[in-house]
Amino acid sequence: MHELGIVFYIIRDVKQAAQENGVEHVNAVVMNIGEVSTIVPEYLTDCWRWAADKEEMLKGCELKINIIPAVTTCGDCGREYETVKYGKTCPHCNSANTWLLKGNEVEIKEIEV
Amino acid sequence: MTDVRVIEIKKSVFADNNEDAARLRSELKGRGTYLLNLMSSPGSGKTTTLIQLINRIKDKIKVAVMEADIDSDVDAIKIKDATGIESIQLHTGGMCHLDAEMTRQGLDNVSLDGTDLVILENVGNLVCPAEFDTGAVRNAMILSVPEGHDKPLKYPLMFSVCDLVIVNKIDVMPYFDFDLDKCSEYVHMRNPKARIIPICAKTGEGVDAVADWLLEEVYNWKH
Ligand SMILES: Nc1nc2c(ncn2[C@@H]2O[C@H](COP(=O)(O)OP(=O)(O)OP(=O)(O)O)[C@@H](O)[C@H]2O)c(=O)[nH]1
Ligand SMILES: [Mg+2]
Ligand SMILES: [Zn+2]
Repeated sequence: MHELGIVFYIIRDVKQAAQENGVEHVNAVVMNIGEVSTIVPEYLTDCWRWAADKEEMLKGCELKINIIPAVTTCGDCGREYETVKYGKTCPHCNSANTWLLKGNEVEIKEIEV
Repeated sequence: MTDVRVIEIKKSVFADNNEDAARLRSELKGRGTYLLNLMSSPGSGKTTTLIQLINRIKDKIKVAVMEADIDSDVDAIKIKDATGIESIQLHTGGMCHLDAEMTRQGLDNVSLDGTDLVILENVGNLVCPAEFDTGAVRNAMILSVPEGHDKPLKYPLMFSVCDLVIVNKIDVMPYFDFDLDKCSEYVHMRNPKARIIPICAKTGEGVDAVADWLLEEVYNWKH
């Protein structure tokens, strides 16, 4: 459900960018999706296929997904670690005072025309 | 090789919504209307809490409610029957959250003139609504005791965007191992400034504190 909403935002932004660049058809859209962004890539591409094919400019347009690994930083020892592997607790010092550094992106990187 | 042209965009999908939301907020400021976005898991007690809350403030300020639901209008009717205030239903058309544009469309159906406060009951979900700024002045959420005190660890984004965390269903505390101190500690890890108010929406215990918080918020917004 969330993915379909996201797809509508992507379509709106891509159509706008295409118009600004005088492009009539977009062949591919490249997304940066963070590992912990709550987006399921397979759902996103399914929703994309369904919705994009309804748009003349985006018929057959492929959605390519770059997964951005999630990294957390520790407020106590200052070190960084893999979010997915260790979660909220710092593996170096056991602190729970930790913050996500990257990995929640839902970003349109570029379009191929 | 040269037939593929790449146009760099580098733009967060949420950027436009953030702009819409900021615009809506400044329009509401101009009209002197405060918008509160209330979020929670399904069944944590949003509608029950709203009824208790509204009955405590409706003689002091003019209140309206927007109920967002995937597809039903039982909550809007419940609010209207129990409080007598204006209450409208927004259908999200299958969507798991409201964005600023949908909120604006909802507000178009509320008679805003003279309305001091609009409360939005968002879709029951701890993930998606947290990602979309609705244009509200403040976000509040309800965490009910049976859900457990570790929710702030599992849904960090939701707790980092909320200024008020209402802990509801404290009457059932004896049956669950809910630890209010731990809960507060976890909430403050995500948002050190968050206010936490324990209540029982069933009996109304603690709801006065929520009413005081909200009346002060609305007053400050209008002055
Ligand atoms: N024991 C107890 N039950 C409560 C309390 N507050 C609400 N409930 C019950 O919890 C159930 C759900 O309450 P609602 O107010 O409908 O919850 P909601 O968050 O609006 O639910 P949705 O709109 O479906 O997401 C109802 O059966 C309420 O009677 C409380 O303080 N204590
Ligand atoms: Mg409800
Ligand atoms: Zn550490």
